[in-house]
Amino acid sequence: MPDPAVERPPDDAIRCDACPVLCYIRPGRTGSCDRYANHDGKLVRLDPHVLLDQAVSRGESLVPFLERQREWDGNLVNQPGTFVTAIGAGTTYPDYKPAPFIISSEVEGVDMVTVVTEGIFSYCGLKLKIDTDRHLGAETATVRAEGEAVGHVTTSEYGSQMLSLGGVRHLTGGSRQEGTVTCQTLLDLCNGKPATLTIDGGAIVVVQANQPPIVDEVREERMRVGCGSATIGMFAKQWFGKVDDVVVVDDHITGVLSQHQAGKLLGIPETGIRISGRRSTPGRYFQVAEPGTRWGGTNIDDPRSILKPFDPKVAWPGLRLLMVSTTGEHSAYFELDENLDLIAKDLPQALEESVARIRENCEPALCTVLFMGGAGGSLRAGVTENPVRLTLSVKDALTRVTCGGAPAYVWPGGGITFMVDVSRMPANAFGYVPTPAIVAPIEFTLKLADYAALGGHMDHVRPLTSITGKQNEREHRAAHPDNPWPLEPAKPGKSAAESKRRNHR
Amino acid sequence: MRQPPQIRMLPDGRRLHLNDGPIDLIIEGFGDAGKVRAAYHAAATRFATILDELCSELPLLRAPFRPGCLLPGGVVASRMARAVAPFGDRCFITPMAAVAGSVAEEILLAMTSASNLERAYVNNGGDIAFHLTSGTQFAAGMIASPDRPCLFGAATLHFDEPVRGIATSGWHGRSFSLGIADAVTVLASTASQADAAATILANAVDLPSHAAILREPARDLAPDNDLGDILVTRFVPRLIEHEIQTALAAGVQVAEELRAANLIVSAALALQGRARIVGDPVNALPLRTRFSYSVNRSPLHA
Repeated sequence: MPDPAVERPPDDAIRCDACPVLCYIRPGRTGSCDRYANHDGKLVRLDPHVLLDQAVSRGESLVPFLERQREWDGNLVNQPGTFVTAIGAGTTYPDYKPAPFIISSEVEGVDMVTVVTEGIFSYCGLKLKIDTDRHLGAETATVRAEGEAVGHVTTSEYGSQMLSLGGVRHLTGGSRQEGTVTCQTLLDLCNGKPATLTIDGGAIVVVQANQPPIVDEVREERMRVGCGSATIGMFAKQWFGKVDDVVVVDDHITGVLSQHQAGKLLGIPETGIRISGRRSTPGRYFQVAEPGTRWGGTNIDDPRSILKPFDPKVAWPGLRLLMVSTTGEHSAYFELDENLDLIAKDLPQALEESVARIRENCEPALCTVLFMGGAGGSLRAGVTENPVRLTLSVKDALTRVTCGGAPAYVWPGGGITFMVDVSRMPANAFGYVPTPAIVAPIEFTLKLADYAALGGHMDHVRPLTSITGKQNEREHRAAHPDNPWPLEPAKPGKSAAESKRRNHR
Repeated sequence: MRQPPQIRMLPDGRRLHLNDGPIDLIIEGFGDAGKVRAAYHAAATRFATILDELCSELPLLRAPFRPGCLLPGGVVASRMARAVAPFGDRCFITPMAAVAGSVAEEILLAMTSASNLERAYVNNGGDIAFHLTSGTQFAAGMIASPDRPCLFGAATLHFDEPVRGIATSGWHGRSFSLGIADAVTVLASTASQADAAATILANAVDLPSHAAILREPARDLAPDNDLGDILVTRFVPRLIEHEIQTALAAGVQVAEELRAANLIVSAALALQGRARIVGDPVNALPLRTRFSYSVNRSPLHA
């Protein structure tokens, strides 16, 4: 009996011939097995073990391994151009067994070993830097996803709000639902997907690695060039002669040109302007309004609300005032009338240009996501029979730690606690187990001799060819152009700090 | 190109993994080592041709089953048709609704015919056929969604009860669902019956007129799917308590009917953190408020 669905192949679907089901697969979707997919019109196998190619041409797109294999002569022995990542490698947990892959390759005449495993991290989380001055929530306020507590607001940084998500307390210390929602939120953000976070007493923010944040449905375009006071300093000369006074509205420090040191140096006369809020030093004011998501990260829509009446002994009718936010996103121009009341007027051309200049000087606002985790005992035991030696070797910078080939910063002190920028890792590098805990790839690269010295599983070391030659489930991807090549030998004798600087250039 | 079936032991050295196209089986036999080996050999031998057998009748297996319609000829295909037959006159169903359970049953049958095992199970992506002997039992855990793998309940399956099949269906799963259940787990006499019933019950947990539930024609997602132009569930928003209870009640009503008709032994229906049970207290699936976590050996990738 003919199947009408099969007889009408849709234009954009491809037919998978990996098994007799012969699925038609639409772009971006998988076949009935969930293993083969249509990726931009090409049939690809999903969830493979990812090999990272040190591609000569940068930004090479994802290539199915089988096609690649035919182009190669198969002679990969001792070629440092391929690095085996831990993505899809499997894991040793909870058994103290050798890591799934221990690979040897020769680099610059030195036999290198890369121990590859997927670590299961209960102690892990994300540090989220959100480039915005808008008030997202009070420090320590709870951050929620789908109503569940998944983290908190932590100390803000210059021009950025910081969130700390995940950790054992949310993953396994709360209710089942809290754990699963936390795990899913971490996984989504690690794998480059967006997450909607609600902050108690604060904003609803949509975050995604390397994308602008969306705060209360407003997409953040820029991060501020500086605080209000710094902005006065930077642009004072450009305003001189074109306007009588300028207020740069900022939730942190609001600046006033005529009172600010920069204005004084230019000889700008006093204007009798008076600002609500707490004066810090001349021309610099704290707390002009409540924190919020409007003008300069405050809660105000009308900038006049932060002004008190002008001092009638100093101010004069016709006085020209520019008010602008730290990102140049908001601006308004006023002149005083006979009663010294502020009358809104169109922004003169010359001032329009200075506001545009502020906007130009603001960098694009981004969310950046650092994964932070600690390598536990069984993971380290998968690398060596004497786990503490691995820790010491990492500290001595003899062993390089990478995550999916991306450089990891290893925190000083005990243990192997590391941070990695998820956007430098290959796509979909993270997984999970139902504990719930996050599965992240982790690779330790060191000299073969050093590996033997620290009690490595020497009988499990195998050459790179045994990986590339036998299996048909390897996928080659171009290396991230900003990452140092993971197999570049770490130089003994260099301080850990130097090594880290190299990793973070 | 056609990839050959994969037959391998999992790294634990105990479980057999068989994969061919969309069929993915995890198998474990218990008993004398030699007998387990013989059973695994029988499973692998039977497995070699099973996908080709099914694909030779694929158009028929994807066609709606109605009373009096043309029946497939293959052993597994016939079992699929028998499993969906009781539902053919009440709703749209194709034999594909029972494919996973029917394959699991077939492989288990090959194993137990070849060898005397104390216990064995064949797990086909969550649809499980199992074999018990006197005094033995299995513990099975239930999860509401593959994306949120936490146990919401567990069942102990005893030799002296009639249950030999367990199956789960829901809109998060690999197969499309017409309903909004996160998971419906069914215990039945056979895996094929459990599979068909779980499909029917997951479809029944629904709020047909809820505007915010996203549904798309199956054909738009998978052009050759057996559901064709029927709308399948793509996204379920957060529901309020009475919506959840209304949807679950619709499923419970159908489950009671299936139980009265002896098609299922018991069922657990889960939707957004709420669960309902249908079945005798003896055979019911105990739902836990507290649960033990399990760790998969091979991580799942989202």
